[in-house]
Parts: sequence; C-alpha cells; structure tokens
Amino acid sequence: MTLYILRRIFGFLVTLLIAAAVIFFLLDLLPGDPARFILGINATPEAVAALRLQMGLDDPAIVRFGNWLFGMLRGDFGLSQTQKLPVAGLIADRMAVTLPLTIFAMVISVVIGLPLGILAARHRGKIIDTGLMILAQTGVAIPNFWFGMLLTLLFAVTLRWLPPGGFTPWNEDAWASLRGLVLPSLALALPQAAILARVMRTALVDVSSQDFIRTARAKGMTFGEALWRHGVRNALLPVLTILGLQFAFLVAGTIIVENVFYLPGLGKLIYTAIMERDLVLVRSATIILVLVVSFTMLVVDLAYGFVDPRIRERRA
Amino acid sequence: MRVTKSFALASAGLLLATSFAFAQSTEIRVGAPLEPPMLDPTAGAAEAIDVVVYQNVFEGLTRIDQTGAVQPGLASAWTVSEDGLTYRFTLNDGVTFHDGTAFDAEDVKFTFERILAEDSVNAQKALYEAISAVTVIDPLTVEFTLSRPDGLFLFNIGRGDAVIVAPESAANNATDPIGTGPFAFVQWDRGSRVILEQYGPYWGEKPALTKATYVFIGDTATMTNALLAGDVDGTYNFAAEALPVFDGNPQFKVLVGSTEGETILSTNNAKSPFDKLEVRQAMAHAINRQEIIDGATYGYGVPIGSHFAPHHPYYIDLTNTYPYDLDKARELLTEAGYPDGFSATLKLPPVNYARVSGQIIASEFAKVGIKLELVNMEWAQWLEDVFANKDFDLTIISHVEPFDIGIYANPDYYFGYNNPEVQALNETLNATTDEAKRKELAQEMQTIIAKDAVNGFLFELAQTGVWNAKLEGMWQNAPVEGVVLRNVHWVE
Repeated sequence: MTLYILRRIFGFLVTLLIAAAVIFFLLDLLPGDPARFILGINATPEAVAALRLQMGLDDPAIVRFGNWLFGMLRGDFGLSQTQKLPVAGLIADRMAVTLPLTIFAMVISVVIGLPLGILAARHRGKIIDTGLMILAQTGVAIPNFWFGMLLTLLFAVTLRWLPPGGFTPWNEDAWASLRGLVLPSLALALPQAAILARVMRTALVDVSSQDFIRTARAKGMTFGEALWRHGVRNALLPVLTILGLQFAFLVAGTIIVENVFYLPGLGKLIYTAIMERDLVLVRSATIILVLVVSFTMLVVDLAYGFVDPRIRERRA
Repeated sequence: MRVTKSFALASAGLLLATSFAFAQSTEIRVGAPLEPPMLDPTAGAAEAIDVVVYQNVFEGLTRIDQTGAVQPGLASAWTVSEDGLTYRFTLNDGVTFHDGTAFDAEDVKFTFERILAEDSVNAQKALYEAISAVTVIDPLTVEFTLSRPDGLFLFNIGRGDAVIVAPESAANNATDPIGTGPFAFVQWDRGSRVILEQYGPYWGEKPALTKATYVFIGDTATMTNALLAGDVDGTYNFAAEALPVFDGNPQFKVLVGSTEGETILSTNNAKSPFDKLEVRQAMAHAINRQEIIDGATYGYGVPIGSHFAPHHPYYIDLTNTYPYDLDKARELLTEAGYPDGFSATLKLPPVNYARVSGQIIASEFAKVGIKLELVNMEWAQWLEDVFANKDFDLTIISHVEPFDIGIYANPDYYFGYNNPEVQALNETLNATTDEAKRKELAQEMQTIIAKDAVNGFLFELAQTGVWNAKLEGMWQNAPVEGVVLRNVHWVE
C-alpha cells in the first residue's frame, strides 16, 4: 500500500512540473501584447513601452519561467498584471463561490443520480428502467446553461422566488449568498446527475451477471438484496472515477453557468484574464486548477484502493 | 422565436410583479456588460473604467455634457489668450478629495505632469502633448501654456483620461480610486459588482441618488433576465437584438441616442490592391449600407459617408459619394486590372456588429468577384496583428474617439493613408479656433476622405439604453465614455 501511495504521489508531482512548463510556454506564444491591450488604440508607443517595462514583460522567457516557478515554491503566485492585486487572493475570493457551488452541485447530483441508477438497474428492462433512462438521456443532452436560463425564467423572472443571478459575499448576508447559489447548482447538477444515473445503472447491470451474484441468489437472497449487499459496492469503481472527473470538471468548467448567473467564479476569472492577456493571472490560476484536478485524481486513485482490496494488493 | 417565448413568460411575470409595492428609492443598480480591469481612468483605455468612475468618482477641470458641449467642472471659469496659447483657469473653492484632502492648483499641476511624464502610462497621452507648462499662480488659479493652438483643448481636458488626481492617492487609484466627484468608491467585489455611495462633503449640487451599484453581466440573455426580474434597474447600451423584449413594455424605456463610434471597413491603403483608388471606389460601390445597418444593428445605426459623426455641427452628408451600384463597381475593378475580382482577408474583432457586418459585406463583395476570407480574432490578437503590426487587408471596427478625423492625417496609422493635402488641412484645423473657419476645414477634410474612399464608411453606432420607466436623468447620447449618474433620479 505504501509503495502504491508513493508512486501515485510521484506521478502527481511530475504531472505538475510538466503542466507548469506547458502552461508557461504555450501562453507565451499567444499573440497579443498585454500592454497594448490595456492602453488601447490611441496610446503612444512610449506609453506602451513604459507599461511593458512596468509589467516586467521585457525579460527573456526562461528568466520569467524561473522566477515564476521559484515564486510559487515560496507560495508567491505573483501580481495580476491588469488588476494589480496578488493572484493568490484573487483566486481565494473566487473559490469562495466556486467551491460551495461545486459541492452543492455534486451533492445534488449524487442524491438524485445514484438512487435513480440503482432503481433502473433493479428493474432492468421494465418500463421504469426505460422511462428513467430516457429521462437520463434527455438530462445528458440538455446543455446546463440552457437549463439555467429556463430555471431563471421560471423562478426569478416569473415567480420571483430567487434572484436571477449575482452573488452576495458570505460575510455580508450568508442567507442571500445561499439563495444565489440554488439555481446555478441545480443547473450544474442536472446533467451530472443524469450521467451518474447512467453509469451507476450500467455498472450494476454488469455486476449483476457475475457469478457471485448468482451465488448470493442461490443462498436465498432476493435479487434486490443481492444487488444491494454485493452489487453496489462492486459497481462503485466506475462511479468513483466519474465522480472525480465531475468534481474536476465542475471546479474548472462552470464558466458558462457562471456567465448565465453572473457569478464571480473561478472560470470567469480565468476567461477574463485570457481575454485581457493577464498572463500572470492565467498561468497561476491554471496551475492551481491543475493542482486541484491532479489532487482529486490522486484521491480517487487512493479511494480505489479502499474500495477494492485487489488494487492495493496487486500494485504493492 | 426564443425572444417571443421569453417575452410571453416575462409578461406573465411582470403582471405578478406589479402587485408588489415599490418604495421611492434613492439607490440604483446599473447593469454593465464588461467589468473594468481596474478603476484608474488615467492609466487604461477600457471603456468599462469610465463607465463606473467618469464624472461619478473623478472629475476634470471641464465637464462634457450629454450633448458633447464643454461645461465648467472643477474650474469655474477660464480665459484664453488672443493667440490661443495660454489658458488661465479659476478653480472652485472648498473642493475635497474623498480621503478628505483639499483640492487646489497643485493637484492640477501634478495631474498633468503625471500624464506627460517619461514613464506615463496614460492611454491618450498624445492628446495632451501640446501642453508645454502648467503653472500654479495661486491655490485657486492655474495657467496652462501650449506649444501650439489646440481647438479641442477644453474638450480633451474634460475627458476621463485627464481627471484630477491627488499626489497622495494617485498610485492606488487602480484599486482604491480617490477623486473629487459626487460619489465615493466604497467596495469592489471582483467579478461581480462595484458599489459607490454619495460623498457627503461634495462641493457641487448633491445628486439625488445615495448609492449606486454596478453589476457586471456579460451575457445578453442573462442581462435581459436580470432586467425583467428587477435585479438591475437599467443598462446604458444594450444589444440591439434584445431590444424588442423591452420595446412597448410599460415597465421599461428604451433610450436611443448617438455615440462617437464611426464603424468602418478599415482598408489597408498601403497594401496592394487597396493602394489603387479604383479598387477602393469599387468596394464603396459594392457596399449596400442599409442592408448592413439592418443586419448588424437591427436598424439602429445611422449611415455615414465619411469619418464624421452625423450629430456633429460640422457634419456634411456624403453618403451618396459612391452609391450602391454593382455595375459601376465591376467597371472600376476592370479599370484597376482586376476584371475577375481578387481574394483578400477580412479580420474581425470579437464584437457583434463587426462579425455580422463582416458576413454581409463578404456576400456583397462576392457579387463583384471580391472573395473575402473571414478571420475571427480576439481583441488582444486584433490589436497586435491589425493595429500594431498592420498585418491585414480589411477589418471592421468602430472608432469611438470623439472628433477623431485627425487619424487620417497620420501616415503611420494602421490603415496607412498618406495624403499630404489632408495632413496640411488637419494642421490648419488644429491651429484654428474660429468656429466658422474650423467647420469649413473639417468639411473639406470629410469630403476628400470620402472621395478617396479611404475606408468603407458604414454607420455610426447608436447607443441603446434600457432603463426602468421610473428613472430619469440618464444620458441618452454618449459623447464620451461614461455613465454619468449626477442627474439620475426616481420619479413616481
């Protein structure tokens, strides 16, 4: 088990280093001068040159890469070029929106998706199964932003029960902050729940044709009991993988839903930074995302070991 | 179709909404499509900065009103010398910055020396380069000496780029703006909103509003919902395609006004085949202006025939210089040596009017054999490729600077138009202060530029604001960038 963990952690660190290099040099190739962007089309060349100097854009790329890496090792992610504020603080502010949003969406999708998947697998081939899977297929096909717009029209514009968007900081009015996250988490959760339900059903159906289920049935359990006691745990592996991927996707990929609900989340921060060529902000925020995603994957890998003793034994 | 559906739903919602009673408010929530990267209008060109702070947080010596006329601002009066080289300003007494420090002539001197300094990062530094000295006569009198007469001097010092800042606070204005305006900056929740509150000790007439919140909503459909749900009270320039939702809705009013944005098919005059007059004339004949205006601005744009704003007193109508005439266009192309047309690229920045105009123009040009390849670009890329490196054939862009015909006198400008006659006229125009003479010169320049078909002159962008019907006092036109809240108030 220890060797298994060590190997996973080493892989994690190598991933980070490679990602850092790719992010830095790819962004460096991006066309567009950040200083010119800030000053616009009427700026004199001298003003642009003065700003480039101020932003430290004139050093060679390798020097800037080194400065960035060593800065990060010291915990210094740099100063945003357009907003003139420390990147770490900017990202922390956005995480106060993105993390709760992600967690709410995950919880909702698990609470809806898993039971429906189990239900469908239990009644495999029957009308309930077909009905649920048609629903799930629809859920996967509906874009979350469009679903978000529908939710807004109903609950914010027509009924006026919830705000159409925006975010009140937690320390100002936590109740208002929570209300602001209801519709976006629902919009995010629906397609995820649909995916989870399908994965759960498929995994359970696969498991239910295994010998040990037949053995359990032979011992006198009903099909439902056998599925619940022996099937679900065995079907959890693919579900865990999907959950890990979904978490990573939600942290980094909520940009469209953030736009629909004008939430100050991480996706929007990065998108704006790319448009404004705030390279310091883009690369530090991206590396933090890489960190979060690889860390989630590491946790999922370790969780495999927990759920499935075969994995920790074989790899060790 | 979607608009109709959401409209039906929305109307149902509004019926419900009317049953709630609204108390007379002194607060406003303004929807803005773009969040400013920072809040110092003297260190960046982004319109989003001026939208929040211009004339609200910061003020200049002069103040531009919504007709584009120059009014007294922090300077209550001024005198100009005979030769137009010396301006003496009398400053208002009792003005304080939001941090409590007093405003006087030293701040004016500091502000302009900062703009003109070696390491200045002012986006419009060139506008102020005629200033050779700023002299403090006494705390409430300041004198500007110019190296050449400048007909636009009083206008330019009223822009957001020349608002008065204090030496104590200027360095932090990007994140914590300190000005002299009627509203003080309170809070900025990044990614979400900026909050301003009325500044109690304001020197001038107090505004009716006590609090203003700018809410940043990038998506058009989302902004529509936010307006319908009452989460924002208005937005100053909304996408034309969304206006039918609000037209005829008694809860809202749509304000259609003018801007300074001449939208043009910018043509690289320094590059073959566009260096040939006949080719440019042929393109002008091939453009069906009304079709573009209907398609790209839903009919709200105003046709232009040269690079000049139609609402300006110096404007002359030149839209018929090269009327839509495909036969004439083909004839001119043949004359220029391109009987079968030619191929070119059209680089488009990420704004709706440009992307849609581009598609329409490509299909129009195809009729005379000019094959356009459309290349969509981000802003940063467009600025570098097209604007800085002049690596383009054609592009579509709105030039939003007021009175910017002078760009045609700069041979180094990105569209590469080099005509000594226009350059001489522009020099005379800049040095002339007599109104009648200025008008004559400006009209002569417009005419030459139109006849030379320097660029494809398409339309003047309109400003289309959507506001709660009970709000009054908003600017209808946009002579400069900004959403000025000074006179905005709620009525029953």
